[in-house]
Amino acid sequence: MNIGKDLVAASATPLVLAILSEGESYGYAIIKRVDDLSGGELKWTDGMLYPVLHRLERNGYVKATWGKSETGRRRKYYRITDRGSEELTRQRRQWQVVDATLRGTPFHSFMMAPLGV
Amino acid sequence: MTHGDGQMLEERIAEWRSYVRRREAIDPADVDELEDHLRSQVASLEEAGLAEDEAFLIAVKRIGALDTLSDEFAREYSERLWKRLVVAPAAEDSGEGRREALVALALAVAAAVAIKIPALFGVTFDTNTAHAGGAANESFYIRNFSLLVLPFLAGFFAWKRKLAPRGRYWLAAPFVAAALVMNLIPFTMGGYTESLAAIHLPIALWLAVGFGYAAGAWHDHDRRMNYVRFSGEWFIYYALIALGGGVLIGFTVLLFSAIGLKVELLVNNWILPCGIAGAVIIGAWLVEAKQSVIENMAPVLTMLFTPLFTLLLLAFLVTMVATGSAIAVDRKVLIGFDLLLVLVVGLILYAISARDDRTEPRFFDTLQLILVVCALLVDAVALWAIAARISEFGFSPNKVAALGENIILLVNLAGSAVLYARFVAGRAPFAALERWQTAYLPVYAVWASVVVVIFPFVFRFQ
Repeated sequence: MNIGKDLVAASATPLVLAILSEGESYGYAIIKRVDDLSGGELKWTDGMLYPVLHRLERNGYVKATWGKSETGRRRKYYRITDRGSEELTRQRRQWQVVDATLRGTPFHSFMMAPLGV
Repeated sequence: MTHGDGQMLEERIAEWRSYVRRREAIDPADVDELEDHLRSQVASLEEAGLAEDEAFLIAVKRIGALDTLSDEFAREYSERLWKRLVVAPAAEDSGEGRREALVALALAVAAAVAIKIPALFGVTFDTNTAHAGGAANESFYIRNFSLLVLPFLAGFFAWKRKLAPRGRYWLAAPFVAAALVMNLIPFTMGGYTESLAAIHLPIALWLAVGFGYAAGAWHDHDRRMNYVRFSGEWFIYYALIALGGGVLIGFTVLLFSAIGLKVELLVNNWILPCGIAGAVIIGAWLVEAKQSVIENMAPVLTMLFTPLFTLLLLAFLVTMVATGSAIAVDRKVLIGFDLLLVLVVGLILYAISARDDRTEPRFFDTLQLILVVCALLVDAVALWAIAARISEFGFSPNKVAALGENIILLVNLAGSAVLYARFVAGRAPFAALERWQTAYLPVYAVWASVVVVIFPFVFRFQ
């Protein structure tokens, strides 16, 4: 299944925040995690993640620090802030509303019910 | 993995880095982050059994097309596309950039101090010729102003280009010689030869600074062209700084006069001379620091004004022929036509400096050719008018200097016209024109030196 560009863009913020709420991480690991969690369905162009991370940093949702990778190379780590956690809660609620709405429409019964969702 | 393979990966990553670095919207720190990503991806793909070069290709593709990536960054950091024009560029190694800024600042302050050092010996900026010392003061500063400033600019380049001791001596030689000439020749105070020497000395010394700029390789045509580019940009920066300085001085006078204090003396004796001297170095530093960041302005202005000046000269020629009016030769005409030629040479020089010499002749080249031919015609008419009446004037130093300059510029333009025509006709490479201009630069220095050194003796220091 190919998820549309707009939906990928809209889901990037809550997904990144959710992954960071599991603990400090860095760009490549975040993309790996998205890949694992979505079972390979959610495909990001890797480079797109970084502008998103930087926007979250500017909004104060995450905090970035330069550290070292296991091979000793410079690596930028991101950590979620309290503001970020609040934002995640808010966005989760919004997605739940969207999801619940979708479930109530014929869309769900036609497309999802045969799949057993 | 063999050693050779790892080296290839490093080379490819370095190459990829340099590509990404060219995007304004992506910061060096962002490139570091992306590189870390690239390496992690390559490592994980290699673990999965891919060869190194395959892994690299896939990793680069997954990061995404550079254009899209840079657009994403630009959307996130739209200010970055502007900021580069305002703040000092983020050099790869910002320590280097900061050191250069400090050196430039120190030299600017030194130049500003040097301008005021003669005051310790009683030579002040008080050039009021009404009392006895005024004329002597004025005469000293007229002769020595460029000598108090340009050595610091030369010093900046000696430092920046890490000139070898031998090169430093060569660089210092013209300044020492000029200092001796300007202060040992018994000029008549306020005389013609004195002011001619004062006007021509900066030209000669500026080209001497070029020796430092080119790190001693002054015979190298590419470096000469770079110095021409530098000079044009420096001039624009200097004009901008002067504009800002004028506003600053205006407010200084305005604010203090509001509380009943007259600060004109302070402005004239301190702020103005020190500012004029210091801005020379600061302007040079700005050009050096920003040359890779900002589009050069001189070629842009050239593009803008070449058609307009061509139009002006055409209109002038047509009007002159149609009405049959002769050029009224008076004292200022020759100098006026000299300046016109300087301007046309400048327009050609900066059009050449920005041109990729591998491209085919374009319309703009034809326009340049028309401009040169018009300038030649206009000047020929003026010269003819002047020559016809030169016996009436006699040979004063000013006239000989102006005539000499006119001939030098005329030769340059005639050569340019021939080479331009050959290029437009497809019979000569553009590089020939470029070489003609850079090869001609020492002629200006030689003529300026002649006016400074020989003229006083020929014209008996009048």
